[in-house]
Amino acid sequence: MKEKTLARLVLKDGSVFEGKPFGADSSEAGEVVFNTGMVGYPETMTDPSYRGQILVLTYPLIGNYGVPPKEVEHKLLKFFESSRIHIKGLIISDYSHNYSHWNASSSLSDWMKDGNIPGIYGIDTRALTKKLRTKGSMLGKIINKENISFYNPNKENLVEQVSPKKVTQYGKGKRRIMIVDTGCKYNIIRSFIRRKVKVTRVPFDYNFNKHQYDGLFISNGPGDPKMAQETIENIKIALQKEKPIFGICLGNQLLALAAGGDTYKLKFGHRSQNQPCIEKGTKRCFITSQNHGFAVNPKKLPVGWEEWFVNANDGTNEGIIHKRKPFFSVQFHPEASPGPVDTAFLFDRFIKRVKNG
Amino acid sequence: MAKKTLILGSGAIKIGQAGEFDYSGSQAIKALKEEGIKTILINPNIATIQTSEHLADEVYFNPITPETVEKIIKKEKPDSIMLSFGGQTALNCGVELYKRGILRKHKVKVLGTPVKTIEVTEDRKLFVDKLDQIKVKTPRSIATSSVKEAIKAAKKIGYPVMTRVAFALGGLGSGMCIDEQELAEKAKQAFSKVKQVLIEEYLAGWKEIEYEVVRDQYDNCITVCNMENFDPMGIHTGESIVVAPSQTLTNKEYHKLRDIAIKVIRHLGIIGECNIQYALDSRSEDYRIIEVNARLSRSSALASKATGYPLAFVAAKLGLGYSLTEVKNSITLATKACFEPSLDYIVIKIPRWDLEKFRLVKREIGSEMKSVGEIMAIGRSFEETLQKAIRMLGKDMHGLVCNDIKFKNLEKELQQPTDERVFAIAKAFQQGYSVDRIYALSKIDRWFLHKLGNIVKMGKKIKSARKLSKLSKEILKEAKQNGFSDYQLAHLLKTNPDEVRKKRLQLKITPFIKQIDTLAAEYPARTNYLYLTYNAQENDIVFNKGKQVMVLGSGAYRIGSSVEFDWCCVSTALTLRKLGYKTIMLNYNPETVSTDYDICDKLIFDEVSLETVLDIYEKEKPLGLIVSMGGQIPNNLAAKLHERKVPILGTSPDSIDNAENRHKFSRLLDDLGIDQPEWKELSSIKEAKRFVKRVGYPVLIRPSYVLSGAAMSVAFNDQSMNAFLKLASKVSKEYPVVISKFINNAKEVECDAVAFKGKLVCWAISEHVENAGVHSGDATIVLPPQYLYLETARRIKNIAKAIAKKLNITGPFNIQFLAKENQVKVIECNLRASRSFPFVSKIFKVNFIDVATRAIMNEKLPKIEKSAFELDYVGVKAPEFSFSRLKGSDPILSVEMASTGEVACFGDDIHEAFLKSFLSVGYTIPKKNIFLSTGTPETKAILLESCHLLKKMGYTLYSTFGTHAYLKEHGVSTTPLYWPLEDKKPNVMDYLKNRKIDLVINIPKNFEREEVTNDYYIRRTAVDYNTPLITNTQVAKLFIQAISQYQEKDLLVKPWSAYREEGVHR
Repeated sequence: MKEKTLARLVLKDGSVFEGKPFGADSSEAGEVVFNTGMVGYPETMTDPSYRGQILVLTYPLIGNYGVPPKEVEHKLLKFFESSRIHIKGLIISDYSHNYSHWNASSSLSDWMKDGNIPGIYGIDTRALTKKLRTKGSMLGKIINKENISFYNPNKENLVEQVSPKKVTQYGKGKRRIMIVDTGCKYNIIRSFIRRKVKVTRVPFDYNFNKHQYDGLFISNGPGDPKMAQETIENIKIALQKEKPIFGICLGNQLLALAAGGDTYKLKFGHRSQNQPCIEKGTKRCFITSQNHGFAVNPKKLPVGWEEWFVNANDGTNEGIIHKRKPFFSVQFHPEASPGPVDTAFLFDRFIKRVKNG
Repeated sequence: MAKKTLILGSGAIKIGQAGEFDYSGSQAIKALKEEGIKTILINPNIATIQTSEHLADEVYFNPITPETVEKIIKKEKPDSIMLSFGGQTALNCGVELYKRGILRKHKVKVLGTPVKTIEVTEDRKLFVDKLDQIKVKTPRSIATSSVKEAIKAAKKIGYPVMTRVAFALGGLGSGMCIDEQELAEKAKQAFSKVKQVLIEEYLAGWKEIEYEVVRDQYDNCITVCNMENFDPMGIHTGESIVVAPSQTLTNKEYHKLRDIAIKVIRHLGIIGECNIQYALDSRSEDYRIIEVNARLSRSSALASKATGYPLAFVAAKLGLGYSLTEVKNSITLATKACFEPSLDYIVIKIPRWDLEKFRLVKREIGSEMKSVGEIMAIGRSFEETLQKAIRMLGKDMHGLVCNDIKFKNLEKELQQPTDERVFAIAKAFQQGYSVDRIYALSKIDRWFLHKLGNIVKMGKKIKSARKLSKLSKEILKEAKQNGFSDYQLAHLLKTNPDEVRKKRLQLKITPFIKQIDTLAAEYPARTNYLYLTYNAQENDIVFNKGKQVMVLGSGAYRIGSSVEFDWCCVSTALTLRKLGYKTIMLNYNPETVSTDYDICDKLIFDEVSLETVLDIYEKEKPLGLIVSMGGQIPNNLAAKLHERKVPILGTSPDSIDNAENRHKFSRLLDDLGIDQPEWKELSSIKEAKRFVKRVGYPVLIRPSYVLSGAAMSVAFNDQSMNAFLKLASKVSKEYPVVISKFINNAKEVECDAVAFKGKLVCWAISEHVENAGVHSGDATIVLPPQYLYLETARRIKNIAKAIAKKLNITGPFNIQFLAKENQVKVIECNLRASRSFPFVSKIFKVNFIDVATRAIMNEKLPKIEKSAFELDYVGVKAPEFSFSRLKGSDPILSVEMASTGEVACFGDDIHEAFLKSFLSVGYTIPKKNIFLSTGTPETKAILLESCHLLKKMGYTLYSTFGTHAYLKEHGVSTTPLYWPLEDKKPNVMDYLKNRKIDLVINIPKNFEREEVTNDYYIRRTAVDYNTPLITNTQVAKLFIQAISQYQEKDLLVKPWSAYREEGVHR
């Protein structure tokens, strides 16, 4: 039987995890990170923020409901977060060879084969996660047939790789939102379209300042924010105006950098759907979806800015806000997909600011 | 903040309301105590941990009725009350207290969810209207208040329809009706108990999904766990196999339902914990909200154990006004309670049914609960977890496959589920059914079916190796990863489990121990909440072979083994901790307190089987195992573990064998000159008849291996003897029957005791109210005995002493006796804690388990004053039956146990204690009309005086014609009613169905199990129409005496501590 062949995950520290292959039978290298979400593998795997990463899912049973079809709605794939799988490889414990769902059109394995993404199942993902938790995110490679060398995605401008090359318009409405796409998840665009605004989606290095807009949005995206210098420069200019600015995830970090703050790399990041974030100065706590390896340093916030949200688990920054101007951003993902939708109201708050001019 | 809080418990364990409320109540008390709040607990369930000395400040063993609670409120003057920790019983009582204005009058504040909200969730119409306000979907439903209205509503919605009953626990009175006739019958029954019945759209085949939701007063709202039912809509969630987290839901479905849950709970204004149930279409994202339980529930106990998130504890804190961000995560100790657990394992719950214990009961499962307990398995693959779960049920099933089970009609079994459906699916796969065909019949999601198919395939793969020696390492490992036990492998490869184990150890294929940490390894956990899995490469914990002791738990609650053994296990663990030992608890019942991770140092949530215990023992190497606290399951492992050189603490396994083995024990009694009923083990029907001829009828017949008297019977003549032997067609050398002389009109007496190195340390002699012939688990028990000769008691104590010495007992033991005119015979002896240990411990205020544990550990024993056993109050323990839930079952007492739970109350005399405990299990003092059918001439004579008494008290008596004639002759006038099977009026059935009778006394003429009779109809109808029923002569007599001396208002409310003081100082 085919099952006899083994695939290996080799980590930079020399440790090897052996399991069975599924998906493509290629070898791939990247940064190994873990996500503790229990649902949403199609959404997670197509999130551009995972660019260059080998993803470990801690929930053991994966592939249960297959993969949805490639339907298009509003010029976007309806059931995915971008046009393709962004992870380098997938590491899980137990693969469901038989999926079952009314909206599935293929198995997870076939979908990964199409995208040339290798996967390994039969791995003690808990043991692997504990290693990543203690030693930090680590380089690793999936070896199927041929051995390859390690690859560090953080040394590249990942934003450039996932950002679109051209400008696209979406939706209808009186107000115009400018989205700087540094790896934007489709559901952010959908969230705006649903709120009846006109969206202009531009590449990460696009000089949006030459255009008129009512609100500026800076998206999520992969890697080290300091790599996206062009975006930071453009935001600096926008900050001199009074138009509302909203950022999510990488957008939070880019806004902080543009305003004069600093960012740093977390040991193993936050990748999950259960991160509690407290709105500072209140007893309100929100359960959020997250996916980031870098964070804003709250001790080096520029003058005029303050912390907005903090992580209830580890106290890291989860959002910043300008004390007077309509500039704010969050580290978590109000657009969810995957994850809880509890903070979707932030889109409303932003649109309200936009409408109030 | 609150200073003194009243907590309502849930009373006796019954179907639909089991041990989960001991867990939730105990957690609530702990949460309150931490804040320095004085806690007052009302719960007559004496076997619970929450009613133990170390928890609440005051405990009242009283019925949970508005009348009693008001008396206690007046006495204790609490400033607040918690209603959501004692199941439906507490909730209903709380709502009633609120409605009657009692809470307002005494300025008692309801902590947590307001009563207004509870009322909305309990009244279907209010509920639907409220949810309509926020435009979420509920099933099409019409509230009706008469049978006629119900029929009209059904026509509007279209058959089939669902009937539902408001304010019901465990879905009582609900079910599918396919036509008008069925609906009319069901509605009539339902209206006898409630004022409102709902007729609803039938959603069969939809997925059933639940969320556990927590909300604080600052509007923070989270879902702690979601669960998916393996069985689709149509089967009560308490009757379903349940999986956590959901398995077949996409991100969108999961979070859509989660979002709706939060919206609904905020809109309702719940503070604390609740559960929301959905139906989800299996072909779209359409959904319906089925219900919201605004209290801790069975599902929340399951969710707590499944995730490690202490729901009840957190709910109590939120009830006090804390915010979720202020309560800490007690697993990590580093993070806060405001988060949603992430699981990196799968959890499966399966209900445990004991339907075969009941005569004439229907085996189909559906929208009403029939299961008596449940188990939970944890693993890292569905296959592994399911097979573990099936074994945990303790129904002699070895996993999904390798069982001796046959189906007459497989298709029907798949379509109309019984308690054995999961095995029918395995059988169907073996017979070549496709997934689609099984789906078409069962509507169980194909994902689950594929997983079951995988197990069947794996079985075939193992079998194809033909011999153990030819089984490759890879396949052996794969088999273990798919949950195959050593026994299953041995069965498939025609060898024995020891050989499989040997090979496994040679190949180093052993399970790994993993930790449950609520955050899927993102943060380190500080608690040792553990399970075993083969789907792993490393252990999460380091094994330090310190001074640790392992306690084996009692497994699934079932008829014959319930919360009392959990109390024993928890008490042992607490004493061990006091003595400075590290403890490992092994158990797998999510309804228990023993599976709270703060009870022991390491909690291993896994099988209590030889294989698993050995696997754990070899890793942990504890000093030894305590097997005498968890009832029969651990006790049965003693000899096997001993043979394999695992140290068993306490009484030696050889002695256990000497007591358990009937032949050895009998010889031992002969040696000691102790009398026993004449008995013989017989392997043929011919031999059996010869024995009976010699000793004479009646005789007690039982198959060789039994727990709580399963399939035991008393034969009074050749006819019933033949009937039994026909049933026991398997009688052979391998399956012998034991027949013993049954002694009529004998008293049954129990002795619970603790010995140390063969010397009696403490003991309790208690008497049964019922004569011999009623299983000891169903008996009403009195302590100290009130009608026992001193000489009999002295003899019993001496026998206990002699047996303890002979068997060199160290630890707990229990002996059952027959007593007649100072003649004492030993029926049975168990060298373990018995069902009545919590009862005698709490009545005597001497914790027998604490003493036993010290004895077992060879530690200094406490000095027990002789006067501790001299009481000037009485304790009476009464059984709770769940006959009303077991449709069709004959509500009768026999040598087979049928009760699901028990209570015990204190009184200044036996009548007060007896009446309190009977009120606690749902009896009411009759207002006016009593129906009498008093049995044989002998029993009629015994009850004559009682009938006179009833008449004197002014009751109107109705009777059967036979009883009428007898009573008339002796000067008691009654109105005779015709038998159910007679087509004449006035008929007893009309009186029962119209609820004109307040109490039925129906004494069966003998103990035979037979066909449907007039008596059966009377008993069954009484139960179906919620009319108190007494079927035992001695109980009837005592009950009548009690009500002649006490009215409800005379019954004292006195805290446990007040009784104890009296006990200690005099």
